[in-house]
Amino acid sequence: MLKVQSLSRRFGALVAVDGLSFEVAPGEVLGFLGPNGAGKSTTMKMITGFLTPSSGTATICGHDIQTDPVAAKRELGYLPEGAPAYGDMTVEQFLRFIARIREIPAGEIQQRIDTVIDSIQLQAVVHRPIEALSKGYKRRVGLAQAILHDPKVLILDEPTDGLDPNQKHEVRKLIRSMAKDKVIVVSTHILEEVPAVCTRAMLIAKGHALFDGTPEQLSAKSRYHQAVTVQLDAVDDAAEALRALDGAASVETGPHSVTVFPTPGASLIEPVNQLARERGWQTHSIFQEPGRLDDVFRSLTEAA
Amino acid sequence: MHQVKTLFQRELAAYFATPLAVVFIVIYLALTGVFTFYLGNFYERGQADLQPFFGFHPWLYLLLVPAIAMRLWAEERKSGTIELLLTLPVTMWQAVLGKFLAAWVFLGIALALTVPMWITVAYLGDPDHGVIIASYIGSWLMAGAYLSVGACISALTKNQVIAFVATLVVCLAFTLAGFPLVLDAFSGWAPVGLVELVSSLSFLSHFQAISKGVLAANDLVYFLVVIAAWLVAGAMLIDLKKAE
Repeated sequence: MLKVQSLSRRFGALVAVDGLSFEVAPGEVLGFLGPNGAGKSTTMKMITGFLTPSSGTATICGHDIQTDPVAAKRELGYLPEGAPAYGDMTVEQFLRFIARIREIPAGEIQQRIDTVIDSIQLQAVVHRPIEALSKGYKRRVGLAQAILHDPKVLILDEPTDGLDPNQKHEVRKLIRSMAKDKVIVVSTHILEEVPAVCTRAMLIAKGHALFDGTPEQLSAKSRYHQAVTVQLDAVDDAAEALRALDGAASVETGPHSVTVFPTPGASLIEPVNQLARERGWQTHSIFQEPGRLDDVFRSLTEAA
Repeated sequence: MHQVKTLFQRELAAYFATPLAVVFIVIYLALTGVFTFYLGNFYERGQADLQPFFGFHPWLYLLLVPAIAMRLWAEERKSGTIELLLTLPVTMWQAVLGKFLAAWVFLGIALALTVPMWITVAYLGDPDHGVIIASYIGSWLMAGAYLSVGACISALTKNQVIAFVATLVVCLAFTLAGFPLVLDAFSGWAPVGLVELVSSLSFLSHFQAISKGVLAANDLVYFLVVIAAWLVAGAMLIDLKKAE
């Protein structure tokens, strides 16, 4: 259980985080979204006790990070931005150090390390010094130290940054598999990641939460939500006909597609399908848009 | 205590995981040899003591301890591992103490490797072993004092070169606090009490007192207080500067 109460942080005149409050329950994966400099990392640094808030606080499993930091940090696993690790140590030495400092009982250390190395696929580099590893492996070592003690609350700052598509897929799968009984907060600027791993999304800009809800609700804020896109070559004829359709508010054309936006409450997929059949259009596809996250991201953060 | 021990072991192992430990120890031993036998006229003096050896320690430490101290926090800040370290379930105190003790013990290992010098003088003559033991203790305490200054200054910057130079200057001021070079800067305007206070802060005079063979409480307490004060200041600075 993670509880953040009116958390604020100022750096001189700059307000990096401005009165942020939210709670995350076990089983939830909260995605922190926002442009660079929005306050995502600063918020995570305060939750994990690295940065002292200017005001407000965070509570981890009932332990206040400011008045009871050591107890709070015991419940936490944290992957800081850039996945820092001691480069002179080998992966195994590093994980053993983390295990000991996290007071995992001596008899369980080897088994925990083996489990984590297995689930993050670090077998090939166990005895290599961390400074000699590729960026992707370094990120995974950072992830390994964060989950080593099976923490109740997991805070991951850009866990898939620098990974190739296969590694991204593996890390997302891992996060989803751990989500059942944990509180997980993930920051990302990769929008496709949100529906893939998060059960809840929070959009932050200039230290404020602009949106807090499910990924579906977030995409529903897109002006593309419920719009119907027809992919075909005869764009001009189709645009003309679709504009005249009942319930069509406006039409946008691309080189090989026409998107028709509905008036509020109208549903267009059926009428468009019917129209396409009647006119005998050579369509490549017709589909109803769920909403486009990049579009919501831009419109919400640019307005802020 | 468990956390301090774990941090201590990691730090100490880090010295030996890189060539740093070997390079440092070789240079340290070579320099003590040069100082003792050439500049200290060890043989020509014809006395069975280690005075020429210990007499150069303050100057040796002035050069070499900042080199060990500069990386203590500057490196953690530069590489970002400070964020990892301080979000582990350790207190600031455990972190400061673990790192300091590892560096101090490392300097102790280097110092202990000079024991052949002691064996040489015992073979050649009949030295006062009490004086030599006291001098070893005094030397190690003084190394700790230099180190605590360096640890504090290392917390101020991400740049190890700046940490090295600044530590060297501050340590030089502390070493020479009893000399006219430093005292003249105060004696013109400051009250006599302050001048005496400054002069009593000299690493050199306290070390010389111990290396005469007198392990007086005030000299021991002096070094321990200096170490504690710089470590407290260092901990406060780390807390203040860690996120920059």
